[in-house]
Amino acid sequence: MISGAQLKALAKRNIWDENQVLRQILGICSMLAVTNLLSNSLVMGIGLIFTVSLSSWTISLLRQWIPHRVRMIVQTLIIASYVIFFDIIIKANLPEISRSLGPYVGLIITNCIIMGRAEAFAQSNPPLLSLLDGFFAGVGYTVVLVAVAFIRELLGFGTIFGFNVNFLALETWTLMVMPPAAFFIIGVFIWILNIRSQGKVSGGGRNG
Amino acid sequence: MAEAPAISPIVILLASVFTSNMVLSNFLGMCSFISISSEYKTASGLGAAVAMVTTITTVLNWLVYRLIMVPLGLEYLRYIIFIVVIAATVQIIEMALDRYFPELHMKLGVFLPLITVNCAIFGVSLFMVIRSYNFVQALFFGLGSGLGWWLAISALAAIRMKIAKNKLLRGLDGPAITFIITGIMALAFVGFSGIFVIQ
Repeated sequence: MISGAQLKALAKRNIWDENQVLRQILGICSMLAVTNLLSNSLVMGIGLIFTVSLSSWTISLLRQWIPHRVRMIVQTLIIASYVIFFDIIIKANLPEISRSLGPYVGLIITNCIIMGRAEAFAQSNPPLLSLLDGFFAGVGYTVVLVAVAFIRELLGFGTIFGFNVNFLALETWTLMVMPPAAFFIIGVFIWILNIRSQGKVSGGGRNG
Repeated sequence: MAEAPAISPIVILLASVFTSNMVLSNFLGMCSFISISSEYKTASGLGAAVAMVTTITTVLNWLVYRLIMVPLGLEYLRYIIFIVVIAATVQIIEMALDRYFPELHMKLGVFLPLITVNCAIFGVSLFMVIRSYNFVQALFFGLGSGLGWWLAISALAAIRMKIAKNKLLRGLDGPAITFIITGIMALAFVGFSGIFVIQ
């Protein structure tokens, strides 16, 4: 039904070539706030993967029955149902992480990535393919999230997933825990990616 | 139901503009903050629309939450209900502006549909519930957060217009420099921290 090559192409496109965060600048809202700790970022990433794959799947299943004019609100309601589901699971099983994530789990609903995948892909593709498309878009988001969190937690607290790796007891870099660091790191990521892709496409034109 | 914290509404107002600014310290409303900030006039218009909608929806959501959802034990449905309230409010504001203030509608109209999915507006409602504010506190929190967002996007757009004509390093133009500018702005706002504490 779905060939291996197709799957590979989908994964490469969604995780690297059109990475939602670094390429499309989507989903930044919820992404930066939770990146000062790796465990929070990972839970957030899993929540997004869960929501985006299942809501893409549902929207694709129902695509013939959703009237075009009210599709936005129907999509939002589908997304919100999955987010509530995820929120309740987190609250029951990981109460501490749930408390430190605060409102950001709920903010997955307004994460532009999910709506973007629904509009750009799930609208016009079969359910299973939409599920996979959403899944890889979510993975692409999580990879960036975890990368930013790795830098911030390592430099800011001297820990990785809460384990102390600061063996030399060096002074930690307080700025890394604070909001500005997230902006700087993501800005530099985008910059590096731009330079790389401009080098490849010689002649540029892919900036912005 | 937790008791409302004993903080003066004025402190909440100032704190939500400066020390816990929605964009610069809570990262809310980033999508439109980055993509619609290349021109000052547009950015300021969007900021005004967000400020207005945030204030109104925070108050409405407070009423809906306290008077309907809490008595009925429906707190777990708040994500869906808040989103619906926000979408409905935006729709009504748009129609009312069109009917009674056509000039204002010409200016803000294009932004209104966009801000239904602005995370800042939804986030303010969620923060208001988590911090269990009372009515007046919620009103000032909504107003302050909206004004803070407006201030931040106007400042960013003004800076971006200044640097638009300058030559940047390869690959730095577009979103990359915007994030770095935002980072520097956030760093400047860190200077306010400690004046007001609300959480």
